[in-house]
Order: sequence, then structure tokens, then C-alpha cells
Amino acid sequence: MEIGLNHYLTLAAILFTIGVFGIFLNRKNVIVILMSIELMLLAVNINLVAFSAFLGDLVGQVFALLVLTVAAGEAAIGLAILVVYFRNRGGIAVEDVSQMKG
Amino acid sequence: MTLTSLAFYLFATVSVASAFMVISARNPVYSVLFLILTFFNSAGLFVLMGAEFLAMILVVVYVGAVAVLFLFVVMMLDIDFAELNEGFLQYMPIGATIGLILLLELLLIFGASTQLVSQSALPQATPEGMTNAEAIGRVLYTDYIYYFQAAGAVLLVAMIGAIVLTLVKSENPRRQSIAAQNARRREDGVELVDIEPGQGL
Repeated sequence: MEIGLNHYLTLAAILFTIGVFGIFLNRKNVIVILMSIELMLLAVNINLVAFSAFLGDLVGQVFALLVLTVAAGEAAIGLAILVVYFRNRGGIAVEDVSQMKG
Repeated sequence: MTLTSLAFYLFATVSVASAFMVISARNPVYSVLFLILTFFNSAGLFVLMGAEFLAMILVVVYVGAVAVLFLFVVMMLDIDFAELNEGFLQYMPIGATIGLILLLELLLIFGASTQLVSQSALPQATPEGMTNAEAIGRVLYTDYIYYFQAAGAVLLVAMIGAIVLTLVKSENPRRQSIAAQNARRREDGVELVDIEPGQGL
């Protein structure tokens, strides 16, 4: 059986769902939540590249590159906030994060 | 079954399995390592789709930078992970319900919309006689130059933000004071003491 667009889209959907599921499953662990977000962005990238490959349009890959950039920046900022939060509070419990506001 | 399909199913199976291990591993260090495995297999899928440049970028950026960043943070912070994993199963039902609904919706949409896409008549994304990286460079540096610059600005802001957030003002910064250095005379620093032999200081 030939591997078509549907195969890649199904895989991306499964990966995205695993990412969403991971956010619910690890409600207390911010690090794993950040990793789940990375998984979701990866699924989006697979979608973009699949459409780019099967529609014969290179722009999808350019957009996937930009998504990759934003994902890298988001991971850096998120982990920096996490480090500062840990330094101030001595833990990374998500329930107390609302104390970060003003 | 051709080699391509075989490779697809191999990469897809391993990436889904390791993605599941990312969210279910008890120790976040294992989560990060499985995340790296997921990224490697996704890079393999990108190669299968003919996007070699993005595949390499995925390996370089995600495995080389993001995953290592995660690994550093996980190992640097002294966190009691057993405490964090309490109530792990408590959120399982609601998460599974929402995940299943989302997955069903996504699959229904794909099933309905992708029948319009014919799989063979369309041109290749990468033109003949050109590498994927060259083809991307030709559009990225011309038509999409502003988006490329914007991506650079995003990275710059992220870098400055991360540095500003985590920079610790040192209590005792050892800075050079040129005035103090120049004002110092020989008499301030050197003292000649005559010591009688056998007596010590």
C-alpha cells in the first residue's frame, strides 16, 4: 500500500493528541507539560511538511521552519521562567504559579 | 510492501510509542530522552517526505538545543519528582476522554478533506535537479525574507529574555578598578622585613 497524505496526517493527529493528553496527565509537572507542548508543535510541523510534500508547494516547509524557530524560543523562555520560579520558591508546583502575578 | 512504507511504519510506530513514553515516564530525565527519540524518528519521516533540510534542522535545533536545554534544567533543579507524580492517575479519565474526542475530530476532518488531494498529478515540492535546501533557500531568502528576519528577531528576543530572566546579580562582583590600580604605590604593596636568623617572624 502506498503511503499517502492520510497516513502522515493520522500520525500527526495521534502525536498531537498524545501532547494534549500529556498536559492533562502531568498536571503538576511543568517540565513534562513543556515537553508535551513541544510534542504538539512537532505534530503541527509534520502536518505542514506533509501538506507541503503532497501538494507540491514549498511554502509549507518555510512555515514549518518558522514554527520551529518559535518553538525553540518558547522552550528557552519557558525553561528560564521555570528556573527563576524554582529559585524563588524552591519548588515547581503548578498550583502556586498564580502567585507570579504582580 | 515497499521499502518506503516499511520505513514509514517503523518511524511512525517508534515515534508514537516514544511520544507516549514522554508523557508517562516517571522520571523526567527519561521523558527528555524519549523526546529525543521522537524527534529523531520524526526527522526520519521528514526525510521520507523529501524535506531533508527540515529533517536536519529538526535534529540540530531540537535534539541539539531544545532537548539538551530540557536535560540541563531537569538535572539542575533539585526537584522531588515523587511528590510531583502524586495524583498522576487522578486526571487520567478526563484527559483520556478529551484526547479521544480530539483524536476522533481530527481524523474525521482529515478523512473528509484529503480525498480532494490527488496524490500523483501534482508537481514535486522540490524542483528537479535541485536539492531541498537549495529550493528552500531560493524562496526563503527572496519571497519570504521578511518572515525570515522576523524569525531572527523572535530568536533575539527569546535570547535576551532568557538571559535577563536568569541573570543573577553577584553580591561581590570582581570588577577591575583601573583608578585603584594606578593609585597603588610600591609602599602600599611591598614591605621589607628584616628577620634575624633562626627566630622566625
